[in-house]
Amino acid sequence: MKKVIVGMSTCGLSAGSQKTYDRFGELLAANPGAFELKSTGCIGMCYREPLVEIRENASRIVYGSVTPELADRIFNEHITANRVLDEHVALRMDRGSELGGAEAPHQKEQVRIVLRNCGLIDPESIAEYEEAGGYKALRTALLEMKPDEITKTVKDSGLRGRGGAGFPTGLKWSFAAAQKGDVKYVVCNADEGDPGAFMDRSVLEGDPHSVIEGMIVCAKAIGAHMGYIYCRAEYPMAIRRLTIALDAAREKGYLGKNILGSLFDFDVKIKQGAGAFVCGEETALFQSIEGKRGMPRIRPPFPAEKGLWQKPTNNNNVETYANIPWIIMNGAAAYAAYGTEKSRGTKVFALAGKVACGGLAEVPMGIPINDLVFKIGGGIKEGRAFKAVQMGGPSGGCIPASLGHTPVDFESIPATGAIMGSGGLVVMDDQTCMVEMARFFLDFTQNESCGKCTFCRVGTLRMLEILTRITQGEGRSEDVDNLKTLAAQIKEASLCGLGQTAPNPVLTTLKYFPEEYEAHIRDKRCPAASCTALVDFCIDPEKCTGCTVCAKNCPVEAITGERKTVHTIDMHKCARCGKCITVCTFGAVYKK
Amino acid sequence: MVATAARDDNFSYRLWRYDGAPGELIPLLQSAQDHFGYIPRRAISYISGVTRVPESDIYGVITFYSQFRLQPMGKYVIKACDGTACHVQNSRTIIGTLEDELGIEVGGTTEDGLFTLSTVACIGCCSLAPVIMINDDTHGRLTPQSVRKILREYRRREQAARAQDAASCGEAGAR
Repeated sequence: MKKVIVGMSTCGLSAGSQKTYDRFGELLAANPGAFELKSTGCIGMCYREPLVEIRENASRIVYGSVTPELADRIFNEHITANRVLDEHVALRMDRGSELGGAEAPHQKEQVRIVLRNCGLIDPESIAEYEEAGGYKALRTALLEMKPDEITKTVKDSGLRGRGGAGFPTGLKWSFAAAQKGDVKYVVCNADEGDPGAFMDRSVLEGDPHSVIEGMIVCAKAIGAHMGYIYCRAEYPMAIRRLTIALDAAREKGYLGKNILGSLFDFDVKIKQGAGAFVCGEETALFQSIEGKRGMPRIRPPFPAEKGLWQKPTNNNNVETYANIPWIIMNGAAAYAAYGTEKSRGTKVFALAGKVACGGLAEVPMGIPINDLVFKIGGGIKEGRAFKAVQMGGPSGGCIPASLGHTPVDFESIPATGAIMGSGGLVVMDDQTCMVEMARFFLDFTQNESCGKCTFCRVGTLRMLEILTRITQGEGRSEDVDNLKTLAAQIKEASLCGLGQTAPNPVLTTLKYFPEEYEAHIRDKRCPAASCTALVDFCIDPEKCTGCTVCAKNCPVEAITGERKTVHTIDMHKCARCGKCITVCTFGAVYKK
Repeated sequence: MVATAARDDNFSYRLWRYDGAPGELIPLLQSAQDHFGYIPRRAISYISGVTRVPESDIYGVITFYSQFRLQPMGKYVIKACDGTACHVQNSRTIIGTLEDELGIEVGGTTEDGLFTLSTVACIGCCSLAPVIMINDDTHGRLTPQSVRKILREYRRREQAARAQDAASCGEAGAR
């Protein structure tokens, strides 16, 4: 019987997959037994959501952009009459043959280790995870391996922490394992706070068991009996699926007392974050789990020595743990075969921004940025010019298109002034103003600074004030020098990663796009036509229908025009509030 | 307002069940916020009484995290995403449209108590940017026009529900 599998992650749901799912539900009710209806997580092609896979034996066909109407057609043609609707096929993943379908070129470069099950299994079913080879690594690790063998395998694989800093995971485990004492903790950092990153959300929503399995293996390696997953509250579905997964794992005896008869005890609790970016920093995260204000503390002592509740703790992020079962099953050498000499394995990237095919991509380390943007991302939306990528979120930086050949790994990316970060890759085109981008990130870090260190608390505010002034057309000639001085001081005098990296977006944009700062400060002009105070508002005569809505809504009566004739904006009167853009139904108002 | 399976038990039950385990303060505050819609003064007193954490410390924790609110919220809490991906896709215009349509600024609540507008740094739906969340529902690929449409849809549904309530009250009165 054919299986109909609807992608029901947050990305799918916000694209309308619930309606599609409901439509298939109605069809199934009307034709009992015609097919089997299931749901799954995110397969990574977010730009083609809602995605529906029709699976029968070795044939797996994924349809993209499935509306309820298309669902009817798929039912009538494909399911009932076995006629594939080729023009709507996004991907063909028939067993034993090459990828096919419209999106195959974007998928071919990918290697799925972390995302091995995402979008393929039902994340709420432990049986499907087991069928896909799940919890076999756990069996091996618990029953056949000694703790130091597990640590050695992870060390040999060359896996480095996927949260951003890239610390060797095996080495970290060996520190925690070396600590004496019965009470140790395993913590999973699922507080994916970097704006522009959603890899961890997709893994938690699409394959929660892989993370849990990785945590249990880690617990065995370091000798811990209690674990915490610190997940941000903005991910309600991830929390729900994790809860279901934990309950199922307990029931099956993968968690709790005497796991699989190995006399090893371990259990995991979910802690919900409460909305603080700084809690992604491990010492702040521990404070938050302990129920306090999430403020970082000085290291050393490192968490391996004194972490959560002053006990030895190992903290890794979601993606790192999701790698572990694969490494145990396939061996360290198989993992190390991917990637570059110092950055082994694969990395999941979240492609977003002005890229045509936004979504998740898992690729071997060391792939050039250009390949990510063009081969996998399908280039820039609307065929515009590629200007830069932003990597590493608010701690990272902007890498210009001219450095697009840079390989993505833990050595080459920091050399540009950005950081690897957790894998958010926001693509920018010629309509993105780099000064405004720098201001945006400073606004973010300024807001999220916990306030402990003066330079981070006050220094970022001063930088933000300067940048805001520049984007409003009130920049002064000394501003650039002041920004550089402040940046150096903040980097030097902050305790944790948040402050030490906060100036990065400003420094990289200053380094690679000095002419944009010049244009804002000296010529009072925004080359990207983005900064509202420095642009003119215009009405596109092609699109304007003369409906008079903009004229009626303009607070300063700067828009004139008769009904059913093209309207015009008087820039001498215009207050540049942007209201006309928000009210126009035809998208006729634009900035120049 | 985030209802999850992890916190399906209610606030008073949680307080009653509290066994002195460390690290329970934030979950207690979260369930208080679920229960009341915000964290009222008296909830701080209850929690302090049970956990023996000084009220001033609890206040410190509340103000540190952006999730917690000390004022009542609207029935629908709109979280407009202003993360990097949304930002480069003109989330500012979307937020401007929301402010305009609702007649409030970010952080405010409409007079009828229906909507509270807030911004959030990222809700992880970057490939569908710009995105907003209304309670637990995510809406993506927005334009100023679609934002207005979505809000009007919520208002219309609310009015219909109210009209129905009024009608059923009227019936009950007539009986």
